[in-house]
Amino acid sequence: MNRPEKIRCDACPVMCYIADGKAGACDRYANQGGKIIRCDPLTILDRRIAKGDEVRPFLAADWDGQTASGDDVVVSAIGAGTTYPDYKPAPFIVSREIEGIDCVTVVTEAIFSYCGVKVKIDTDRHLGKEASPVRADGEIIGHIMTSEYGSQMMSLGGVDHLTGGSKAEGRKTCDALLRLCNKEPVELIVDGGSNVVVQAGQPPIVDGTPEDRMRVGCGSATIGMFASQWQGLVDEVVVVDDHITGVVSEHQAGKVIDWPDTGIRILGRRSTPGRYFKVAEPGQGWGGTDIEDPLQILGPWRPEKGAKPGLRLLMVSTTGEHSAYFVLNENLEPEKQPMPPELQPSVDLITENCEPALCTVLFMGGAGGSLRSGVTKNPIQLTQSVTVGQTSVTIGGAPVYRWPGGGITVMVDVSEVPDGAFGYVPTPALVAPLEFTVSRKSYENLGGHKGQVRALDDVLQAGGEYGSDARVIGAAE
Amino acid sequence: MTGPQASLLPGDRLHLHHGPIDLIVGVDGPTRMASYAAATERFAQILPELVEELPALRRARVERTSFVGPVAKRMSRAVRPYQGVFVTPMAAVAGSVADEIIAVIVGSHRPPKAFVNNGGDIAFHLNGRSTFSAMGPSGKMTINTNDPMRGIATSGWRGRSHSRGIADAVTVLAPTAAAADVAATLIANAVDLPDHPAIRRTPASDLSPDSDLGERYVTTDVGALSPNDVARALCRGHKFAKHLLNDGLIFDAILSLQGTVMTATAPIEKTLQGIKANA
Repeated sequence: MNRPEKIRCDACPVMCYIADGKAGACDRYANQGGKIIRCDPLTILDRRIAKGDEVRPFLAADWDGQTASGDDVVVSAIGAGTTYPDYKPAPFIVSREIEGIDCVTVVTEAIFSYCGVKVKIDTDRHLGKEASPVRADGEIIGHIMTSEYGSQMMSLGGVDHLTGGSKAEGRKTCDALLRLCNKEPVELIVDGGSNVVVQAGQPPIVDGTPEDRMRVGCGSATIGMFASQWQGLVDEVVVVDDHITGVVSEHQAGKVIDWPDTGIRILGRRSTPGRYFKVAEPGQGWGGTDIEDPLQILGPWRPEKGAKPGLRLLMVSTTGEHSAYFVLNENLEPEKQPMPPELQPSVDLITENCEPALCTVLFMGGAGGSLRSGVTKNPIQLTQSVTVGQTSVTIGGAPVYRWPGGGITVMVDVSEVPDGAFGYVPTPALVAPLEFTVSRKSYENLGGHKGQVRALDDVLQAGGEYGSDARVIGAAE
Repeated sequence: MTGPQASLLPGDRLHLHHGPIDLIVGVDGPTRMASYAAATERFAQILPELVEELPALRRARVERTSFVGPVAKRMSRAVRPYQGVFVTPMAAVAGSVADEIIAVIVGSHRPPKAFVNNGGDIAFHLNGRSTFSAMGPSGKMTINTNDPMRGIATSGWRGRSHSRGIADAVTVLAPTAAAADVAATLIANAVDLPDHPAIRRTPASDLSPDSDLGERYVTTDVGALSPNDVARALCRGHKFAKHLLNDGLIFDAILSLQGTVMTATAPIEKTLQGIKANA
């Protein structure tokens, strides 16, 4: 085996030899790729993250010397270390000023056995039946939840999969959750359904095909939204959609603006006027159907209902990806013509109104009793304080939604949490950075570990009292 | 190179930092600030002294080595009773530093109560009606002036130092922090399941090239264990702890592994001996 290169650190008199990728005896300095870097186990988030800039780990070298008090700085628990089982106060209890209040942030890395992710997958494709098992690496790690508008939902993880099943199930579940939370791709297979690659903030890949855009609405809804913009420019519009294909002259939205009949005939099952189900099979063609030539869904035009030579027809898909313009000839047959420049903006408008199809991953977990005791001596008071909004909860500095009712069960969008913030323990369970922020006075009233409160500057300068149990090393420049 | 740093924390506690050492010092009574000044002055010398003798302190079997520095002397004294197991004075370094600082504080001002917490290895001093309390895996522990222990230390594979065993935490109460430190380290090493497939180990020298453990394997991951395995591992540690209790080296040991806690207490005559020695 090739031993990693080791270098000598000269940050203190111990002069440790440090192997590549490891930290010295102090856990403050590490060897990264042959260079000594400062790796205080504490990440500072400021307003830069809101602007989308990279998260800045606290390195002595690039610290600009500004006082870190103020509400523009979030002290994150990432890398704070954990004191599991939590019989010691949480690793960092930081005192800082927020809007003139002496505030206390309790920073810890919480171990979540009760945790999982809820995944929203933007796709019109049917991924599987509700309640179907979802597998990763062959093990069941969750199930299909409801279909939402333009999206399919999955529930993955949870304590039953993590610790209630076989060891393999627990490990695969933990592994899939960790990768999803850290914004990595995970391949999921639905029993009796599709194979989906899910990655937070990226388009889903369904059975090998990446999704591109969410449709603005079904064909019928698209007619409703844009009917008035087509009036006067064209005589008929068909919006082709796998779900509901819309026809403007027959649709209620056309009727209310006195759109004249055109004698068009759609080959499909009519639902209500101007709305048709099942014009074709699902596929990769127009509007999520298998249609390559849109004229295949049209029957013979009816002159008695208003069809006449020269009638202008626009056909467009629900995402605007496909569109074509036709004019009826002497035999009332549509002939393809170049798209008139005045119609193109309406097609572009449909495309503009389609949002990119994405996967979104919400981490959901509950803060348990031992964790809360790390924060205060009387854990129920912390729960109550969070409930009434006196104490705010963040994960890696990102805002959470606290599910109402008892306990502290929170959800956070993993894309707002800095990269690599989630970890795991072999229990198996996820480790997530968790922060409680409360005014100092309230914290003392809560029965907080007052003696553990340290000034923000001091924590930045000196790190944690308990070193870094988790040995999480911040990213470097 | 960064020198020693001292700062006052909220609650009037002192934080001393130099290289890998972080101490939280608390002193009660009117001599608090004077005690802090004495502690800070002594602290500045600690790391340079240790570094002088570091190569020898990283070696096992140091009975014949005579150390110069007071902390190095405390370290070698703490490991001396352990014949037949691999241990170097480094196993007692954190506790010995805590003991040295507490000795300086007590020697200069005799406050009613003082403690030095060196990353979880704690030396304390009590006088009169003072008590010292600490949270441990089995709950809150309170120590009175009449109790014989003046040191608490915790060791486990999740902790800052490498462990050769699999205990999440072994907490030991002993006459000094140095004695507690080395005992906690060795009991935590003894909580083990050799060759168990769920345990991952790496040579210490791969993780820290100058580790006193050399190429001996240290624990890097422990998978979920069956209740039976947990009990077997804890019993190994418990058996070793019993020897130390019977020899009067320590007074209490609390062993925890994956949610299970086992405790061991010294025979009453050993505790009484300790009390007499303290009086």
